[in-house]
Amino acid sequence: MLRCNIAGMRIAIVDERAARASVIEEGLRELAGCEIFVLAERKGLLARIEEISPDIVLIDLGNPSRDVLEEYFAVSRALARPIAMFVDQADDQAIGASIDAGVSAYVVDGLHASRIRAVVDLAVKRFNAFARLQADLAEAKGKLAERETVDRAKRILMDSKGITEPEAYAELRRKAMQSSRRIVDIAEAVVTAHELMGK
Amino acid sequence: MSEKLTIGFLPLVDACLPILAQEHGFAEEEGLSLDFVRDVSWATVLDRLLYGHSDAAHMLAPLAIATTLGRNRPPQPLSAPFVLGLNGNAVTLSNALAAKVAPTDSLGDPRLVGAALAQEVRELAARGEKLRFGVVHRYSSHSYMLRYWLAACGIRPDRDIEIVTVPPPFVADALASGEVHGACVGEPWNSVCVERGVGAIVLATAQIWRRGVEKVLALREPLLEDRRPTIEALIRAMRKAGRHFVEPENWQDNAAILARAEYLDGDAGLIMRSISDRLVLRRGGEPVHYSDFMFQYREAANFPWVSQAEWLYSQMLRWDGLAYSAQDAQAAARVFRPDVYRSALMGTGDVLPGASSKVEGSLRGLTSVTAQQGAMVLSQNSFFDGGIFDPDDIPGYLAKLL
Repeated sequence: MLRCNIAGMRIAIVDERAARASVIEEGLRELAGCEIFVLAERKGLLARIEEISPDIVLIDLGNPSRDVLEEYFAVSRALARPIAMFVDQADDQAIGASIDAGVSAYVVDGLHASRIRAVVDLAVKRFNAFARLQADLAEAKGKLAERETVDRAKRILMDSKGITEPEAYAELRRKAMQSSRRIVDIAEAVVTAHELMGK
Repeated sequence: MSEKLTIGFLPLVDACLPILAQEHGFAEEEGLSLDFVRDVSWATVLDRLLYGHSDAAHMLAPLAIATTLGRNRPPQPLSAPFVLGLNGNAVTLSNALAAKVAPTDSLGDPRLVGAALAQEVRELAARGEKLRFGVVHRYSSHSYMLRYWLAACGIRPDRDIEIVTVPPPFVADALASGEVHGACVGEPWNSVCVERGVGAIVLATAQIWRRGVEKVLALREPLLEDRRPTIEALIRAMRKAGRHFVEPENWQDNAAILARAEYLDGDAGLIMRSISDRLVLRRGGEPVHYSDFMFQYREAANFPWVSQAEWLYSQMLRWDGLAYSAQDAQAAARVFRPDVYRSALMGTGDVLPGASSKVEGSLRGLTSVTAQQGAMVLSQNSFFDGGIFDPDDIPGYLAKLL
């Protein structure tokens, strides 16, 4: 369906986080017929862009190279190789969505808006998917760390009071309920206190 | 209930006022609660501002004007009701170049360093080589100050030397790798270059223009109108932060706050150098005192003089090779909002200038000026070459420069 729209389009993805870049790249592979280039290195970025001569540059919003890239585009426009940011004002909502997702796009001036939309919409979807993956991962990591803290607190209680593991856990739980806090908060307090007392 | 404002910034010492307003409770006193979003490129700070991720931002003054005029993207009107500080930037050269053109233990004389640099540029040209300098952004006061200095010393930027964009955190790397031979950047990044032993500070931008306008607090114009009382409260909180900032007994504390991971994520000792006007110019050197390296608070330093915006607009024309337009000049001037600054501070006892515009570079010494509130004395504000900018005659000024 998209084949005729974007055939022959050259898309550069600039992202220092290689994992995210490949998630975007994989998503854009759906757009058959376009060529995709992934640039993960800050060094030599402009030379690579010059060489690739892309129709669209997708770059993560917070990329430290953005000012450098914008400067390059401003200068190259003077050299009659016009590239402008995807800022057709009629498409303000679309840009807003891409900014929210954390991706900015620069496109060759005069490229048809619908062709750009297809690419940017896909990139936004992939960026959002990546962000969700990251959030899941962070949550999983957080849970793991919490369990470790509780385990350490249990061990401290078992050693110092000579009680069993279920008893240690029951004690943490009782204290948590009394003070309406989470078990992990109580566990953290136990671990901190233990460290302060010089173990 | 306090009003929330989200403020975008880049990790630079001159982002200090909103940060300290929050940290010392001045924001809270004014019924505000400030959140901060840190980025590493100005394009990102600007995107977040335009698309509502932030309500206000620490912003390069020329970028606020360029955005309003629609350079490189469709125009979006921004307003700057508060100048976050004057100067505070420096020119750092690679050790080899500094040894050639500024072989002193103190800051150089801008004319002498410029003349020596011009000589070096000519010698390199004879061998078909060119120096490359980094600035933080095309639309920055760093770019305009550096270009002003070079041009006045007979070095034509873009023809005799190349000027490229290097984000502040990467200036030291760029000097180390030889990607650039010099740079004009804000603190603490010059001091980082010195500490890494990759460059030497040779000039402060305050030597180029004694009272050069630097970052502003920028907002979307419609947001300023919608939330005017909140923004005025923020202005009052930042003035209180400024008064705190200039007191020597607070310097250590403030450097420590700014150094924190969520703000500049840097070394408090390095940040202290610009706060105290004491810079180490070469690695291992003694600190050199240069007064008003970064100028804050005093002499209504945060007042957005319309003539400052107009000077920046004149430099935009000069270096973008554009013709003067009365309409653009007016739009650029309108970015700076002394009216908002005034209404925020009216009745607080803070000093308020009587005029909104002045002839830049005209004061040779302490001068009393009319004030609307308080007593107003301005000190020397000259350009190093004696140039005088009359905002009523931008074309005449440019004709003399080019």
